[in-house]
Amino acid sequence: MENFKNLIRQNIRQYAMLLALVVIMIIFQITTNGVLLMPRNVSVLIMQNSYILILAIGMILCILTGGNIDLSVGAVVAYVSAFSALFSVTMGLPVVLSIFLALIMGLLAGMWQGFWIAYIKIPAFIVTLAGMLVFRGFSNMILKSQTILLPDLYVTIASKFIPDFIGDAMGGTGLHITTIVIGFIASVVYVIAQYRTRRNKIKYKFEVISNGFFIAQIVSIAAVINLFMFWLSREKGLPYVLLLLSVLVAIYTFITLKTVAGRHIYALGGNAKAAALSGVKTKRVMFWVYANMGLLSAVAGIVFAGRLNSASPTAGLGFELDAIAACFIGGASATGGVGTIMGAIIGGFIMGILNNGMSIMGVETYYQEIIKGLVLLFAVGFDVYSKSKAK
Amino acid sequence: MSKNILEMRNITKLFPGVKALDNVNLEVKKGQIHALVGENGAGKSTLMNVLSGIYPYGTYEGDVLYHNEVCKFKDIKESEREGIAIIHQELALSPYMTVAENIFLGNEQQTNGVIDWHDTNDKAISLMKRVGLKIKHDVLVKNIGVGHQQLVEIAKALGKNCELLILDEPTAALNDNDSEHLLNLLLELNANQGITCIIISHKLHEVTKISDEITVIRDGRTIETLVKGTDEITEERIIKGMVGRAMENRYPEHTSNIGEIAFEVKDWRVYDPQDESRLRIKDVSFNVRKGEIVGIAGLMGAGRTELAMSIFGKAYGKHITGTIIKDGKEVHLHNVSQAIDEGLAYLTEDRKTAGLILIDDIKRNTSLANLHKLSKNGVIDEIQEIQVAEDYREKLQIKTPSIFQKAGNLSGGNQQKVCVAKWLFSDPDVLFLDEPTRGIDVGAKYEIYTIINQLADEGKCVVVISSELSEILGICDRVYVMNEGRIVGEMPRSEANQESIMTRIIQTTGNRK
Repeated sequence: MENFKNLIRQNIRQYAMLLALVVIMIIFQITTNGVLLMPRNVSVLIMQNSYILILAIGMILCILTGGNIDLSVGAVVAYVSAFSALFSVTMGLPVVLSIFLALIMGLLAGMWQGFWIAYIKIPAFIVTLAGMLVFRGFSNMILKSQTILLPDLYVTIASKFIPDFIGDAMGGTGLHITTIVIGFIASVVYVIAQYRTRRNKIKYKFEVISNGFFIAQIVSIAAVINLFMFWLSREKGLPYVLLLLSVLVAIYTFITLKTVAGRHIYALGGNAKAAALSGVKTKRVMFWVYANMGLLSAVAGIVFAGRLNSASPTAGLGFELDAIAACFIGGASATGGVGTIMGAIIGGFIMGILNNGMSIMGVETYYQEIIKGLVLLFAVGFDVYSKSKAK
Repeated sequence: MSKNILEMRNITKLFPGVKALDNVNLEVKKGQIHALVGENGAGKSTLMNVLSGIYPYGTYEGDVLYHNEVCKFKDIKESEREGIAIIHQELALSPYMTVAENIFLGNEQQTNGVIDWHDTNDKAISLMKRVGLKIKHDVLVKNIGVGHQQLVEIAKALGKNCELLILDEPTAALNDNDSEHLLNLLLELNANQGITCIIISHKLHEVTKISDEITVIRDGRTIETLVKGTDEITEERIIKGMVGRAMENRYPEHTSNIGEIAFEVKDWRVYDPQDESRLRIKDVSFNVRKGEIVGIAGLMGAGRTELAMSIFGKAYGKHITGTIIKDGKEVHLHNVSQAIDEGLAYLTEDRKTAGLILIDDIKRNTSLANLHKLSKNGVIDEIQEIQVAEDYREKLQIKTPSIFQKAGNLSGGNQQKVCVAKWLFSDPDVLFLDEPTRGIDVGAKYEIYTIINQLADEGKCVVVISSELSEILGICDRVYVMNEGRIVGEMPRSEANQESIMTRIIQTTGNRK
């Protein structure tokens, strides 16, 4: 029991956010008369928010380095979709090659900003503010302020579902069987990984949570994964973009928690001077974090272009603010060194469900903005308050 | 009979899970200098925070009587109004404001919100005279030394008409000269201007020199109050009260087993990174033998930290020239990670701002400088990391409930041990220890000295930079004296003493252009 209390206390911020997410879901489930969690709407919710969530993954790394933010991501989204149109439509290159080249363009944009931030030591706020103008300007220049239609593959990435080859082989069941199978496999992998970590810790006599609590934890998470996938299978199944998002979350969670690179990012944000004097190449870390942000902005740009089915010079307006808000709602510290990928994702979903729920209810957009602003303020306020009480 | 200006009766202060103060009693007589001593974490600072209202009335049990009246301070403003001023170890000055502005910070000389600058400057100048601060009132605080900054703090307190001045470790960051000056000032303020002082200090020779009464606190309880003239006041006597047993020797017995020269620096020149025309380190050459503990003595600003940091992968300075020879081979260290790979370690002077990541746990701080030893293809082996941290926790006796505790929650001595653990884990051959025992208590100091001796016994080269001459004399086999960016003297332990070192410094000071 003591064990359990400690676990809760250490992760109070994460649990509080998860709880907030569930509460918001329940409220909107009621106020929208059950529309929010209908399988069709769940798919929409994921597709609508996928690009913000992808940006939030990159943004949390920037924030971890010391509360630095990237204001240019919305502009880079537009710039990448403009290059996509240039490569695939204007120049007529193969679509896959165009996507690859567009990703490279995003990476270059990130490296450009990373260079000024890390090596010339201009505050990130200013470099990315400049980037916001520069990259928006590029997208206007390339598109000549017009909207250009994109090839089908873009649409597939953003708004299509994986084919149900298992279900088809079974001759049609009304459910998307492949989705259910993927969900089951994912939950089994999760359970095995958790079990192995725990077994290892017990072997070396490290402190672990009690057996009962451990089982309750993995069973409930495995159940949520399966239920969620089953839910999706009632409609059209697993969207490609959710697959992409899951892979990105898995990769970046692994990087932040398990690798030297991740540790160096946290160390830089925790105390830059101490990190540098411990041999962390702080400039290089900073450079690659921003380069990575450029790359992820490009991924988000391609997804968003697919969602619109076109490249538009106004694409991505205000995305930076949603991504930043997602990170802070998800528990990132404004001074760096604290925050998780999962937190940013939860924060992003809180924002997304607020948007979606209020839209279904027909709440005026100006009220939506006010409410979202206050949610951000209160979430961070709660964080600051609970920390000061803990002292 | 002098009467008490302050009485603290049966003060008990609870923090979640810890009883920081347990029925503490303190009586301070008017017009005296009262010292508060105790190991780190004994509760001295907590007690002073109760007194000054940082912990408001109602959050503690017991009574605070000031001028025989019970005080119910809600915040520090209220205690200041009554004439109680506290000067913390970390100075609270604004670097980009002038001395005069800082003196009246929060106490602006104003009418209806408009500052009267003539009045401000006039009063500041007279306050500066009272504390013997002989600099201009309009220089920026960032441009003056720590010693002067400390005096600005005192002037600031006097500007608020304080009667009871509390100083928390006032000389911790000062060299012997500046400390001397500060202590004399306190005596003068006390004798001629009627200011009562409470001084918290780890430097027992200072305490015994200036205090009228000394209260010893241990584990949140008052142990005893020693009165000058009545009780025996010696450092040994105080230490006995602090640690609960007599401590015969402040430095562990040690004979170094010294080998051949293993690390050598020749003609080392470093320019100031802020002012690239200013030569900061001037043709410094020195060497360290295997198993030898070498001390670098000098005043604050002599360039010792800059020397060590510039060697440690050019972590300080511009246009660095000179050669570093390790084990007979010249090495080129262009960045910190190269220096670490070549077997160098540098324990920073200031553990809080440059040594530790306070928001990270002990485990992560321990492993930070040598993560590649714990990782394969960039992936950290967490199990091994935990084992390493547990190992050092045991070896260095880091007092903590768990290695998952945040470094920021540890006491000064234990924080320092975590820093040491980090550098031991990087497995160095040459260690630069910059002020390894600053601001930590007697018991922890002894443990750090023991570790230093062990390192030497393992055949490592140890360089100790310290502003406490007694420490240098107590643990080093050989001493270099540094002054104004140069090595101005070298002496074996047998010849080194306070006088010989200070003489070298004084003789070589002031031949500037």
